Amino acid sequence: MNARVRPAQVRTRLAVVGGVLGLACTALIVRAVDLQVVRKDFYQEQGDARYLRDLAIPVSRGTIFDRNGEPLAVSTPVDSIWANPQELLTHADRVGELATATGLDEDALRQRLQERAQANKEFVYVKRHLNPDDAQAVLKRGIPGVYAQREFKRYYPAGEVMAHVLGYTNIDDHGQEGIELAFNDWLAGTPGVKRVLRDRKGHEVENVELLREAQPGRDLTLSIDRRIQYLAYRELMAALRKHNARSGSMVVLDVDSGEIVAMVNLPSYNPNARGAAPADHRRNRAVTDVVEPGSTMKAVTIAAALASGKWKPESKVDTAPGTWNFYGHTFHDTRNHGVLDVTHVITVSSNIGAAKIGGSLPRQDMYAMFHALGFGQTSGSGFPGEASGYLPIPKDWGPVEQATISYGYGLNVTPLQIARAYAAIADGGMLHTPTFVKGGGEEGTRVMDAKVAAQVLAMLRTVVAPGGTAPTAAVPNYIVGGKTGTSHQSTAGGYANRYVSLFTGVVPLSDPQLVATVVIHDAGSNAAGLISYAGGYVAAPVFAKVMDGALRLLDVPPDDVRNWYVGGPVTPASVAPGVPRAEPDATALGNMAEVPTP
Amino acid sequence: MRLAAVLVLFVLLIAVLASASAVVYVRQQNRVGFAELARLGVERDDLNFEYGRLQLEQATWADNNRIDQIAREKLGMLAPTPATTVVIKR
Repeated sequence: MNARVRPAQVRTRLAVVGGVLGLACTALIVRAVDLQVVRKDFYQEQGDARYLRDLAIPVSRGTIFDRNGEPLAVSTPVDSIWANPQELLTHADRVGELATATGLDEDALRQRLQERAQANKEFVYVKRHLNPDDAQAVLKRGIPGVYAQREFKRYYPAGEVMAHVLGYTNIDDHGQEGIELAFNDWLAGTPGVKRVLRDRKGHEVENVELLREAQPGRDLTLSIDRRIQYLAYRELMAALRKHNARSGSMVVLDVDSGEIVAMVNLPSYNPNARGAAPADHRRNRAVTDVVEPGSTMKAVTIAAALASGKWKPESKVDTAPGTWNFYGHTFHDTRNHGVLDVTHVITVSSNIGAAKIGGSLPRQDMYAMFHALGFGQTSGSGFPGEASGYLPIPKDWGPVEQATISYGYGLNVTPLQIARAYAAIADGGMLHTPTFVKGGGEEGTRVMDAKVAAQVLAMLRTVVAPGGTAPTAAVPNYIVGGKTGTSHQSTAGGYANRYVSLFTGVVPLSDPQLVATVVIHDAGSNAAGLISYAGGYVAAPVFAKVMDGALRLLDVPPDDVRNWYVGGPVTPASVAPGVPRAEPDATALGNMAEVPTP
Repeated sequence: MRLAAVLVLFVLLIAVLASASAVVYVRQQNRVGFAELARLGVERDDLNFEYGRLQLEQATWADNNRIDQIAREKLGMLAPTPATTVVIKR
């Protein structure tokens, strides 16, 4: 009986066991299919979200070079220490250690961490822009939740000499001022993105793929010559000290291309350690500030007069007796110059002469010359915050306004605009758009007849000769032309007893290469107690000293060869700042070669 | 005929196995290559940074103001005056 029943029982048991095992197996397979096939995407995503990270690959900002390849702005890597406050505060006992390692106040750091932790944030900067070695030392302590991030800091080796032109970047490496701002997109580059696998502690385990190649910032070569820039800075600084002046600017342009070779302003600041510098010191006055140009505009008036055909260089104009009443306004000269020809109106800088000549021209013609030379409009240099200046439209000119504009009042201009206009005269009437980029200059547009430009240049030469207003602008062995200016500073309530001293010059006159404009504000008494603000006395010597060095640096051959052979003025060339330079010998300047017509 | 089929099957099997291990191999090569690329990228960056630092250092040493002062004060140098210069015209 038992023997008959047993096999049946065994079969049932086997079936039950087999069935259970089969079910379990099926369940496992179903589960596996569910995980691996049906809901694969969801789980894969969740897993990746925990371990895969897209990280930015930081890129450095392009270097800025001067025209000779000297670095002016360089980015170097620094590390910023950051912390995950949630993670760090679970080891709160080590916050003190972190504070010591980074030189921070412990309580302040703790408070900052707690605030961020309460706000449910996972990121807080502990200390930014550390030397990479110092940052490694902090990381080596192995404090949980403390990490480093690669960043870049900008250094400016030329310091305050280049500060205004270059501008600066903020702590996140974005351009804020100057070239750094104007060319931010060019310099910045694009950070790359890579996907990495990280473990639970946040260490990178494996690079999975490169999502976007990092595009480092591109380099930029400026038209600035660092050596001439330094010369200009040094001489301007010396002049400001000597005359107790408040501020000043100098612009040097390349005549043929319109490239800006030097541009300095004082007071300046150190771009490597700003913060303390008042905003007033950060302005690039040469392009953002306007002045009344005073007598430097007489050359423009005379150019308009010559272009009209009504006036010739030898035409006469009566400036006696040194004052002139015109529609109830009295014009003054420094003294009675009597009857002058047009050339001598420039030579001795006669306000009355310029006013009478300007006043004789149709308003529209005179305006056209001022406008064509770029006054009343931005120069197109692209510098951020460039001022356009102010030139009233001819409809608003009365006879008195026209006469005052003739000698540079009632309009305002930037130092760069003055330099640009004179560069156009020096280049035979071709106006260029000034540029900060080497090779960025263009052909230029004709704004003046070449013959008129040559005539004006010849007049400018007499200014620097004895009897002119700026013999102090003479550069040994070169023929120089230029024009002084001294203007009363306008304020809200009229004209204050403050003066602007200007000089703008062209050198060498037989084949003009450089044009420079010097503007000095508020010249006071010098060391000898002498107060003078005349452009020929304050600004012209700066021009002479800078050009003397610049012409040598640029290997411009001397063009005053006849003067050379007769001995010429022996001048202590490029003497130390503050030492007065000898006056050029009168006879030597008298027998200079004629200026050839371009 | 039968033998030929078995042979084809065998060859295909070998090919599948070979391609499978090739995939593994290439994948590994890719990883190694990527790691190498990343390492070289870091090395390149470090060299660039070093170059930048050296440029900075050079610019600091070559600072015009510094050269000016050393030339004048330490070495007693002077810019040539016209009197001490000879112009050669070719």
